[in-house]
Amino acid sequence: MLQDARTNFETDHPDASPLSIHDMTVAYHRKPVLWDVDYIAPAGKLVAICGPNGSGKTTMIKASLDLVPRASGSVRFFGQPYAKVRSRVGYVPQRGSVDWDFPVSALDVVAMGLYRKIGWCRPVTRKYKLLALEALDRVSMADYADRQISQLSGGQQQRVFLARALVQDADLYLMDEPFAGVDASTERAIVAILHGLRSSGKTALVVHHDLQTVGEYFDHVVLLNMRLVATGPTEEVFTTENLKKTFGGKLALLDQVGQRMAGGAK
Amino acid sequence: MNVRSRSLPAILLLAVLLVSPSTLLAQSQSEPATSNRPATLGAQLLRVLTLEDYNTRVVLAGTLLLGISAGLVGSFMLLRRRSLVGDVVSHAALPGVAVAFISMEVAAPGSGKSLPALLVGAAISGLLGVFATLAIRSMTRIKEDTALALVLSTFFGAGIALFSMIQSMATGNAAGLQQFIYGSTASMIAADVKLIAWASAGAIVLCAFLFKEFGLLCFDEDYARAQGWPVVFLDLVLMGMVVGVTVIGLRSVGLLLVVAMLITPAAAARFWTDHLGRMALVSAAIGGGSACLGVLVSDLFPHMAAGAVIVLAGSAFFLLSLLFGTRRGLLQRLFIQWRLERRVALHDLLRSFFEFAEPRLSSDLGEDAMTPGSAPRGELAQITITFVELLAIRSWSPAQLRHALNQAEREHLLFPLPTGGYRLTDTGAAAALRVARNHRLWELYLIHYADIAPSHVDRDADEIEHVLEPELIDELEALMRTERPVAERPTAVPRSPHPIEETRV
Repeated sequence: MLQDARTNFETDHPDASPLSIHDMTVAYHRKPVLWDVDYIAPAGKLVAICGPNGSGKTTMIKASLDLVPRASGSVRFFGQPYAKVRSRVGYVPQRGSVDWDFPVSALDVVAMGLYRKIGWCRPVTRKYKLLALEALDRVSMADYADRQISQLSGGQQQRVFLARALVQDADLYLMDEPFAGVDASTERAIVAILHGLRSSGKTALVVHHDLQTVGEYFDHVVLLNMRLVATGPTEEVFTTENLKKTFGGKLALLDQVGQRMAGGAK
Repeated sequence: MNVRSRSLPAILLLAVLLVSPSTLLAQSQSEPATSNRPATLGAQLLRVLTLEDYNTRVVLAGTLLLGISAGLVGSFMLLRRRSLVGDVVSHAALPGVAVAFISMEVAAPGSGKSLPALLVGAAISGLLGVFATLAIRSMTRIKEDTALALVLSTFFGAGIALFSMIQSMATGNAAGLQQFIYGSTASMIAADVKLIAWASAGAIVLCAFLFKEFGLLCFDEDYARAQGWPVVFLDLVLMGMVVGVTVIGLRSVGLLLVVAMLITPAAAARFWTDHLGRMALVSAAIGGGSACLGVLVSDLFPHMAAGAVIVLAGSAFFLLSLLFGTRRGLLQRLFIQWRLERRVALHDLLRSFFEFAEPRLSSDLGEDAMTPGSAPRGELAQITITFVELLAIRSWSPAQLRHALNQAEREHLLFPLPTGGYRLTDTGAAAALRVARNHRLWELYLIHYADIAPSHVDRDADEIEHVLEPELIDELEALMRTERPVAERPTAVPRSPHPIEETRV
């Protein structure tokens, strides 16, 4: 069965899917953290990626975007390698991944989403600043455009990050914990943005830690714990049994094998 | 909108303005360097400030450009948290200088002191040092700081060993090489300065062209990579500039101090602006300024080494920025804190006034209590409270209370009655109502959103509207309406969500 799938590359990566992952394994310092992930994202849906800490949620996104090397497997976006369709994929990293004391304004950060379009060695001109301002407005942050980013609350910072991806006008959005540590109004603003994306036919894969809201916010769900536990429409897959499989402790065997491959004790 | 990111042309302009006269200056080298010094200090000062000496002009131009480029490159290194890389490069450069000298002496005795060749040697071994650090960090469990310390001392030790070898060589007239350790501007010749000027100008132009790319790299490397920017290449260019600036700085400032030229101006600039472009410009200006000061002072007092004065001038700029900087400078922070404490004391006083009066008010606070001329506002201004009564409301000392009362009186919020006791003015009554409303909205907020509150608080804001996002205020006011039906309008003062006695701890 598996052998059969490998020979038929076309069916592994259907063109229609915004993101298809085939047999992906990722290792940090030779210790695998994600095993044999096979996943085809449905177009035009909001998908939650859930799993306990250290289950490889962030790794799945980063490895798809070629940010961490894959030990094996292949990834296609819209049927193509990522390098060819970068502009169609918007990435929202974890908020904690950058230094918010950095001397830039909210508008400057959003404009970074346009740097590829602006190109090498050219300054950010007025035209692009207006685009960035428009994106800030979509997340109700236009009034804060000139604020230095350390003077924003956590939720506001998250909205700025979201606006940086939105300004790119991508077709697929990969978001790493956008709901982490945000206030109620930001949470609602992000949900509204997600709904807006879906109704214009776009797809979003969102790493989500709040299991209580998965059913309310997302159409599809990916349950992850070092391997893919279950995936599909939320109402079918988001069951107690699956959650138990996902969150019921780390898989002892996989973990031990991983340790051994890394060459001994942690 | 605004005039941001005009900084790119500005940097270019700066580069062009500085490069052109300095290269011209360096080319007109027919004049011999004068060494006869006038007797009086005043005459000397005049001679130095008017740049009478050809030699001073040459050294000044070269060092100024070095200061500017180090300030620019240093800003990026600071933001990329690579401040110590310059230190590794400079220490690791020493064996390169020695090896270059030895190989040239072996090839053609007497040719060993050519600066370009020595600097090439320095750059190569400086880069080796950086790669050794990176290799140790990524291939072993040793952390970056340990790797830096290891590489730095190993290379430096090798350099010193080679230097002592050179001194014992038959052809080895190594006296000049000591300059690379402590630096020496006075003995620089026009050709040296030309080299320094070109290298600095190159770094300045690169910074100007790749400004946006370097900014992105420093802020969010992963995002830059996801967008398809060649992160490794950009990092190498940045590293190359650090190596370049460090190596040319060796000659004038010396390897022990060159890292200060990279880092001090950038660290000082951070206290003046929250904008990357302006930070780079301020840093370049501070770098250039300290370089000028260093050269001029050491020209005036020939016993002072220019390198040391440059670094000390940079440190003085840093100290001034730390104290007086407009972006979290020490004095500004102290002032803000002092102002905040004053305001908190005033607010506590007004709220105590209100809480004392609240049970005695007959008019409804749920109506438009906050609007001018409202019944509660008028009533509030009619209530008298004594010092003793106020003292009992909160846990403040008589001195603190008296201080707050004096302050409120100065601001015409209340006035003492001739018969004893205090009354609020109409402005004071309005302020008391507003303070109480804000306080209670805030309490509602903490009760309902306590876990996210800390990240949200701007303690410097006077009104809750300035602290919280508008949507959240709407939500809180809705909450007030449902949970405290007495407060039906946003202008109303809600009841305290807890018994008042609890605050009198």
